[in-house]
Amino acid sequence: MEVRNLTCIGCPMGCQLEVTIDQGTVVSVTGNTCKRGDDYARKEVTNPTRIVTSTVPVIGGKIAMVSCKTASDIPKDKIFACMEEINQVTVAAPVKVGDVILKDICHTGVDIIATKDVDIA
Amino acid sequence: MQNYDIVVIGGGPAGLAAAAEAKRSGVDSILILERDHELGGILNQCIHNGFGLHTFKEELTGPEYAKRFMDQVFELGIEYKLNTMVMDITENKVVTAMNKTDGMFQIQAKAVILAMGCRERPRGALNIPGYRPAGIFSAGTAQRLVNIEGYLPGREVVILGSGDIGLIMARRMTLEGAKVKVVAELMPYSGGLKRNIVQCLDDYGIPLKLSHTVVDIEGKERVTGITIAEVGPDMKPISGTEEHYSCDTLLLSVGLLPENELSKTAGVELSTITSGPVVNDALETNVEGIFACGNVLHVHDLVDFVSQEAQNAGKNAAKYVKEGREASGRIIDIKAVDGVRYTVPCTIRPDQMDDTVTVRFRVGKVFKNSAITMYFGDEQVLKRKKQIMAPGEMEQVIIDKKKLAEFGDISDITIKIESV
Repeated sequence: MEVRNLTCIGCPMGCQLEVTIDQGTVVSVTGNTCKRGDDYARKEVTNPTRIVTSTVPVIGGKIAMVSCKTASDIPKDKIFACMEEINQVTVAAPVKVGDVILKDICHTGVDIIATKDVDIA
Repeated sequence: MQNYDIVVIGGGPAGLAAAAEAKRSGVDSILILERDHELGGILNQCIHNGFGLHTFKEELTGPEYAKRFMDQVFELGIEYKLNTMVMDITENKVVTAMNKTDGMFQIQAKAVILAMGCRERPRGALNIPGYRPAGIFSAGTAQRLVNIEGYLPGREVVILGSGDIGLIMARRMTLEGAKVKVVAELMPYSGGLKRNIVQCLDDYGIPLKLSHTVVDIEGKERVTGITIAEVGPDMKPISGTEEHYSCDTLLLSVGLLPENELSKTAGVELSTITSGPVVNDALETNVEGIFACGNVLHVHDLVDFVSQEAQNAGKNAAKYVKEGREASGRIIDIKAVDGVRYTVPCTIRPDQMDDTVTVRFRVGKVFKNSAITMYFGDEQVLKRKKQIMAPGEMEQVIIDKKKLAEFGDISDITIKIESV
C-alpha cells in the first residue's frame, strides 16, 4: 500500500488529498470536498492531465493576440509538444469564443479553441 | 451636467456584475465608465483556466469568464463608455471624467459604485539595492506583454514574490520557451494559492525558495544577474547565504494594492489594513450612496467571490436609489482579533441586513489545525476546524439575521482563530 498526498488543482480551494494506492490501483481518496477532487486524484496518480492555455496571433484583428485553450485536458507529457504546434499557427479576424483554431492537437483527439472574441480592426 | 441614477467606476469583473445586478434590481439609468479600450478588466490578460467554478460550475479562462458578464451587460442594455478616465468624484456624487470624443464632462449620480480594482506593488516600494536596468517587470506587466501584445519579455527569468500572478507567469513564460530559474519569496509561506504552486511550479520543476529575497540586481543596460539570499526571522538577509543567478529578467509579484485615489477625493474612509474602503453589510462606505466592491475594496483570490460581492453592491445601490437612506438603526461592529487581520464588511446593521451576510477575511500567518470561531457578544456561535489556513487564501463566515436577532442588543461580533 502506498499513500500519496496531493493538492487538488480542480479549483482554487486546493483541497489536500490523500490517495491510497495498492499495486497501481487507487484504493481510496480522502480530503476532497467535491467529486472533482476524487477524479483528479485518481487521474493524477495514473495518467496526469492538464488544460493548456496560450495565445496565437490574429491577422487583421482589433488586438494582436487571441487567447486559446485545449477544449479538454491533455496528457501532461504532451504539454510542450502541444505548445510547439500552437506556436506555428495564426488565425484571421473575426474570431469567436469556441472557434476551433487547431484540430486534434498532437493526436490527442482534443481541439484548440479560442477563448476570446476578436473583431476585425 | 448629465444625470444617471448609478455610475459604476470601472468595467472589470466587479463593475460588470454590479451594474448588471443593479439593473435587474429595477434601476434603468446606469453608466459604466472604463479607462481601457474594452470591458473585462484584468480578466482579459488572465488567459489561464480555473475561473468560474463557483459561479458557473465549469472551468473557464479569464476572457471567457469576462464574456459571460459582458454579455449580461449587453443584453440588459446598460450604457458604458470606454477609453474614459475618471478624474474626480465628490462627496455629493458628481463624477468628473474625460475621453477623446466627449472631452471633459461631469455626471451627477444618485449612487456611485467604486469598482476600480487594484494595481501591483512596484519595485520602488521594495527598496531592492542594485542598478536600474531594463528587464525588471511587474508580473502583471509581463502577463500583458505576453498574452495581449504578443511579446516575450525575457529568456532567463528570476521571480521575486510568490503571488498568484507571479506563479502563473512562471508557467506561462516556461511554456513560451523561457527558462524560469527560481521563485524567491520573502515570507516563510507562499503568497499564492496552493494549486498554483502545484500546477505552475512543481509541474515544471521550478524551485520555490521561501524566506529568500533579492539582495542585488546586476546589469547596466539590461539585467544580467540577480543575487538572492535567505532571510532570518527579522526579514534581514543572512550573510553567507547569497546565491547568484544569471538572468535577463526579474519579475516582481509582491502584492496588490487597491486603487483608491478616487475614493479619497470623495472623502471615503479607508482601512489601514486592506487599503480599501471601510464598508457596512450593504458594502456602503462612510459616504452615503457610495458603494465599493471587488479588488478596490480588498484584494480577492477568486473572481467568483468578486462577482458575488459586486452583485451585492449593485443590489444595495439600486435599493438606495429607489428607497433612499433608511432610518439609521443599530450598528454592530465586527471585530477581527487573534490572527484575523480584517473583515469585510466591518459593521453590520442587524435590522436592515439581508437574511444572511457573508463576511470575508484573511488570517495574518499560517495556522495549522486551528478553528475559525465567531462570537455574538460573548457567546460562541461558530467553531469551524481547518487543517490549514494561510494569508494567501481568503476565508469566510456567514452571519444569519434570525440567529443574530436572538442575541438582542449586542454591540459587537468577534471573529478569531483559536487552536483546537
